[in-house]
Amino acid sequence: MFRNVAELVELAESQNKKISDIMIEQEVKVTNRTKEEVLAQMERNLKVMEEAVERGLAGVKSHSGLTGGDAVLLQKYIATGKSLSGDLLLDAVSKAVATNEVNAAMGTICATPTAGSAGVVPGTLFAVQNKLNPSREEKIRFLFTSGAFGFVVANNASISGAAGGCQAEVGSASGMAAAAIVEMAGGTPSQCAEAMAITLKNMLGLVCDPVAGLVEVPCVKRNAMGAANAMVAADMALAGITSRIPCDEVIDAMYKIGQTMPVALRETAMGGLAATPTGRELEAKIFGFSLDKKS
Amino acid sequence: MKYKSVFDIIGPVMIGPSSSHTAGAARIGKMARELFGREPEWATISFYGSFAKTYKGHGTDVAIIGGIMDFETDDERIIQAREIAREKRIRIKIREEEALTDHPNTARIRLGDQNGEMELVGISIGGGKIEITELNGFALRLTGHHPAILVVHEDRFGAVAAVSKVLAENKINIGSMDVSRQDVGKMALMTIEVDEPVEDIVLEKLKMLPEVTQVTKIAD
Repeated sequence: MFRNVAELVELAESQNKKISDIMIEQEVKVTNRTKEEVLAQMERNLKVMEEAVERGLAGVKSHSGLTGGDAVLLQKYIATGKSLSGDLLLDAVSKAVATNEVNAAMGTICATPTAGSAGVVPGTLFAVQNKLNPSREEKIRFLFTSGAFGFVVANNASISGAAGGCQAEVGSASGMAAAAIVEMAGGTPSQCAEAMAITLKNMLGLVCDPVAGLVEVPCVKRNAMGAANAMVAADMALAGITSRIPCDEVIDAMYKIGQTMPVALRETAMGGLAATPTGRELEAKIFGFSLDKKS
Repeated sequence: MKYKSVFDIIGPVMIGPSSSHTAGAARIGKMARELFGREPEWATISFYGSFAKTYKGHGTDVAIIGGIMDFETDDERIIQAREIAREKRIRIKIREEEALTDHPNTARIRLGDQNGEMELVGISIGGGKIEITELNGFALRLTGHHPAILVVHEDRFGAVAAVSKVLAENKINIGSMDVSRQDVGKMALMTIEVDEPVEDIVLEKLKMLPEVTQVTKIAD
């Protein structure tokens, strides 16, 4: 079993394998199942992701009314041909948003690694597939590669917003996605690790401050930016840029930052955006109480 | 390592919006249901920390109620769990607690019927993964690094031997075993951490033992 990113990369490169190979082999060993069974389970998860994106792109609205419809707006904007940051990037962003809008509407999603951050991995996958034309198996592999990096973060740091802030959720998801994009684009295992490190470095310190405690504001837009961050970091790693701080040390830094983060900024809806005048007003409106009573 | 499978990370498939506060909560509820062994007539759910502050927004309450009715994390009936519980005449009480707990996502579930009661404390550690930390006042000292099973049994001679014999016959090595009881001759509890995953057929064999009341896998 690999315990950190360095071991994961070493395992892959010493045997001339991909990160996804190592993750699949480990899963087979740990759960005592065949490779076919493990791949089939991941394909079911892939299907859930495809259905969620499709539903989100058709337009959804959450029960609170706070989120929904932004994925549709972005797709319409892309279609005008006027996008500044590029169609592929915005496609990833819109699909990340689509997934998270479905999640906010209590729809069915696949947590990657969590529900609040479920948009980033599928969003980027379903965008880059249009450029890279992967086979069905390569799409499934994308999820194993993301899973391998998420596995290290979950065991060595945290993937819980209540424990480590949004950096542990959308931060982890973005790093996972960046690494998987690199593998799908033909990069090396080391480049996957560099992409993860570059992404996570730019998510450090991100707090979890959901308005009214709902996984909507700012979660949906954080998934959008998480997808964008992953795409850019993947390109940087593929260009040969490396992170001066090794990936495992970035993960460790994320963990320590999470531990010192005030409780008000760890999924309690007590600080940050949740505590802004508008955040409080929305909360009062949704739950039907007066603001004077709350304070 | 607390997370052992890639499907702990890419998964679970679930009803939104939160893996820790919705899917994890549903799993804590389902664990309580499995340990109780039947549908309860009433349940009192106490939320602590982040659970207490945000359960309404995350659907933590409906998820845990759904779990108590044996729903999986991806069961769409979770959304209507309160109405379904009402139709089934299960009395539900939700409490928001102020007390500080070790983990921010903590829930205590008391449930029961005319034949008995049970109390369980669970924590949701992220990505839908949960740990049971307390059962009927017994603190469960699990490392979380190995598969674990929980055996509720009668406190009498031979119970520990019978359980370990079944595990040995199935080539399952016991890493650690914790035995505790409420009172001499009353209900007792074995928390067993093992080295190999425990298959359902082994659980069934344990359930057949005359001394054993209930067996549940609490960690994979």
